[in-house]
Amino acid sequence: MTSSDWPLWEVFVRSRRGLSHTHAGSLHAPDAQMALRNARDLYTRRNEGVSIWVVPSVAVTASSPDERDPFFESAADKPYRHPTFYEIPEGVQHL
Amino acid sequence: MTSTVNAAALALGDDALVLSHRLGEWAGHAPVLEEEVALANIALDLLGQARVLLSMVGDEDELAYLREERAFRNVQLVEQPNGDFAHTIARQLYFSTYQRLLYGRLAATGDGDFAGLAAKAVKEVAYHQDHAEQWTLRLGDGTAESHERMRRACAALWRFTGELFQPVEGLDVDWRELEADWLASVTAVLERATITVPDGPRTGAWSAGAGRQGLHTESFGRMLAEMQHLHRSHPGATW
Repeated sequence: MTSSDWPLWEVFVRSRRGLSHTHAGSLHAPDAQMALRNARDLYTRRNEGVSIWVVPSVAVTASSPDERDPFFESAADKPYRHPTFYEIPEGVQHL
Repeated sequence: MTSTVNAAALALGDDALVLSHRLGEWAGHAPVLEEEVALANIALDLLGQARVLLSMVGDEDELAYLREERAFRNVQLVEQPNGDFAHTIARQLYFSTYQRLLYGRLAATGDGDFAGLAAKAVKEVAYHQDHAEQWTLRLGDGTAESHERMRRACAALWRFTGELFQPVEGLDVDWRELEADWLASVTAVLERATITVPDGPRTGAWSAGAGRQGLHTESFGRMLAEMQHLHRSHPGATW
């Protein structure tokens, strides 16, 4: 098995109508059409999907691990941002 | 089950079984991991078809593992060695195109002996053909070397394609029309792949093809030996 110089693709699979596409994994392929076919073989062989997206991995802009604190930590100590912070008055229905 | 239906099931079942084994030989050797999985998936589809077809005739294990070479009824195309990747793709393009057209017709008969299997299998086979077509286009219209290898593979296997259209007794199919459709379909793919359609003979003295009568090419014996040795060495072994 030689290593491949084909580009990397991210695969998103929608498992059922109405749900959103979920990241399933990544694979190598020479172009988008082959990536779609490889994704079908790798990720939907057991009835996992009704729709597939493939995206070149280089097109993904990711947050950096170094920025984790400014990005995410400030949310941790503000419980009032969660709906569970508030008590539900008696008598409120359909909530 | 009449004997002609049995004979037809054996012919189609052996085609699927033998090609499945050939494709399985790529496991651990394919050029890239993704392609190895793709070839293994095609092999498993074909194995599923073979199991249904051989079970129509008798015990599937006995038929697969205990018959002698002369008792196999597959066409010679499917037993040809994998060669380089281009040979595997050319073999697949020729065979899957044939299988798709044949199963499409068998499914359309509605209540024939093979209609149920064919209706299910034709969807699998359409994917196999698409896979082979995509690769034929990319190799044929790729680099100078990939073009040359693809061209050589298509030419080398050409003489095995006439046999596909020898009528199989028990199948109600217009074989001449099937062959014309096959030629048109394969020609269209090869032309898009910038590969000249091979001009060698497909029938007659210089072509190959007596697999349906039980005559096989040299490499088939070695393939069978590998396929059958475990079952023959350990009769009745289970997991």
